[in-house]
Amino acid sequence: MRFRLELWRQADPGADGRYEVVEADGIDAEASFLEMLDHVNERRIASGEDAIAFDSDCREGICGSCSLVIDGMPHGPRRVTSCQTFMRDFEDGQTIRVEPWRSNAFPVIRDLVTDRSAFDRIIEAGGYVSVTTGPQPNPNAMPISPETQEQALDAAICIGCGACVAACPNGAAMLFTGAKVTHLNVLPQGQPERRWRTLAMVEQMDEEGFGGCTNHGECSLACPQGISLDVIGMLNREYRAALRGKPVAGTPGMTAQ
Amino acid sequence: MSTVEVARGRSRPRELWDSTIGKKIVAALSGGVLVAYVVLHMLGNLTSLYGAGDGHARVDRYAHWLRTFGEPLLPYASVLWAVRALLLAALGLHVAAVVSLRRRSLAARPRAHRAKRIGRSLSSRTMLLSGLLLLAFVVFHILQFTTLTIDVTPLREGAVYANLAEAFQTWYLVLLYVAAVVALGFHLRHALWSATQTLGVDRPGRNQAIRRGATALALVVAVGFAVIPIAFWTGVLPQP
Repeated sequence: MRFRLELWRQADPGADGRYEVVEADGIDAEASFLEMLDHVNERRIASGEDAIAFDSDCREGICGSCSLVIDGMPHGPRRVTSCQTFMRDFEDGQTIRVEPWRSNAFPVIRDLVTDRSAFDRIIEAGGYVSVTTGPQPNPNAMPISPETQEQALDAAICIGCGACVAACPNGAAMLFTGAKVTHLNVLPQGQPERRWRTLAMVEQMDEEGFGGCTNHGECSLACPQGISLDVIGMLNREYRAALRGKPVAGTPGMTAQ
Repeated sequence: MSTVEVARGRSRPRELWDSTIGKKIVAALSGGVLVAYVVLHMLGNLTSLYGAGDGHARVDRYAHWLRTFGEPLLPYASVLWAVRALLLAALGLHVAAVVSLRRRSLAARPRAHRAKRIGRSLSSRTMLLSGLLLLAFVVFHILQFTTLTIDVTPLREGAVYANLAEAFQTWYLVLLYVAAVVALGFHLRHALWSATQTLGVDRPGRNQAIRRGATALALVVAVGFAVIPIAFWTGVLPQP
């Protein structure tokens, strides 16, 4: 297959970026989008040109490293991760525009690579639980209902890629923060820091310069993990309860051991 | 001491206003006050449908009642003015919160970025537009029917039915009022759903019902308002 790529090129965070047109031919239809870029880079390196920088790691859709906006859509038309997007989903000869995540909280490092450490700092602010060390706890001492497990795992599946921010017209990070808060706040292990975690993570989220959510729902549709918009409602609920300083209604009276 | 603990020293309202979620709560609650008023206003307007009533139209009596409400315990029109003050405060907070959030959102995103959007409804996409149109309309509406400053058609204080009947013989006023309530309907459709989400009263199980309820209420309000100018224009409601 053959494609005409319009790739975002930017030398460093301070530089002005621009699109560079790159021809990619001899591409296997079964190649992933990242493999296609590898192919382009190999040719460029062989002919003495510089390689196009992009992020990748596991290439099996679970690490959240790849972060390409493909034809205006975070991760491309299939709404899976960029690495799980295959060239067979495009038409032969098509022009494809490739951009980095566009958010001022995710500054471009080089070309298609952005600095997403803003997410790490949100996690650092409260995305953890404290556990006491010592003898192994009795496995039945902390019952968790299947519904709670489901809810926590549906949120925990977030890989932190940042597609939600890239998809949001407001550049908000509510789906990400909501997923992390939901994951920990519904589990008994997350109860001791519940209130503090919510306040700290929201505060860090605001500090990083993400925009405010207006409930468009773009984030959830772009999310490769299919995180539900419900986590944003949950985050709002948790935040309001945390601000009031009251335990959240419906919270099981469980504490970590 | 972490930054968060330091930040806890702020007053509660300050803390609310400083956070994006808090500001949205302010926007949702102040918007809620405005929605409650809009519904009451629509119901009040519908008293016009009782007709002219031999010079004592039901809507005129209703308007008079709004002013004499609470008398003799309270001075003339005091409740009316209290409601007006509340509405102005709510509107002020709503606009201030939205402007501040909007500035934040613009700052969060590089200028020239255009992206494909796949999930937004028409009403959510046009919230700012419908909001600005409504704001401009409210100013016009108050100048026309409350202060009687803009008299395109001859207006008389207290003669609500006659004023409406007269004004809505003019085609562009009918069009303007219908357009305004269409904007209101669009604004409410996203606002009502979004406010439940912001206030955290949504639940996964009831979200579909909330969305449908928001659409239904928006439709009822828009139709309830639109019916008055159309009824006068088409002659369904008689001239006084």
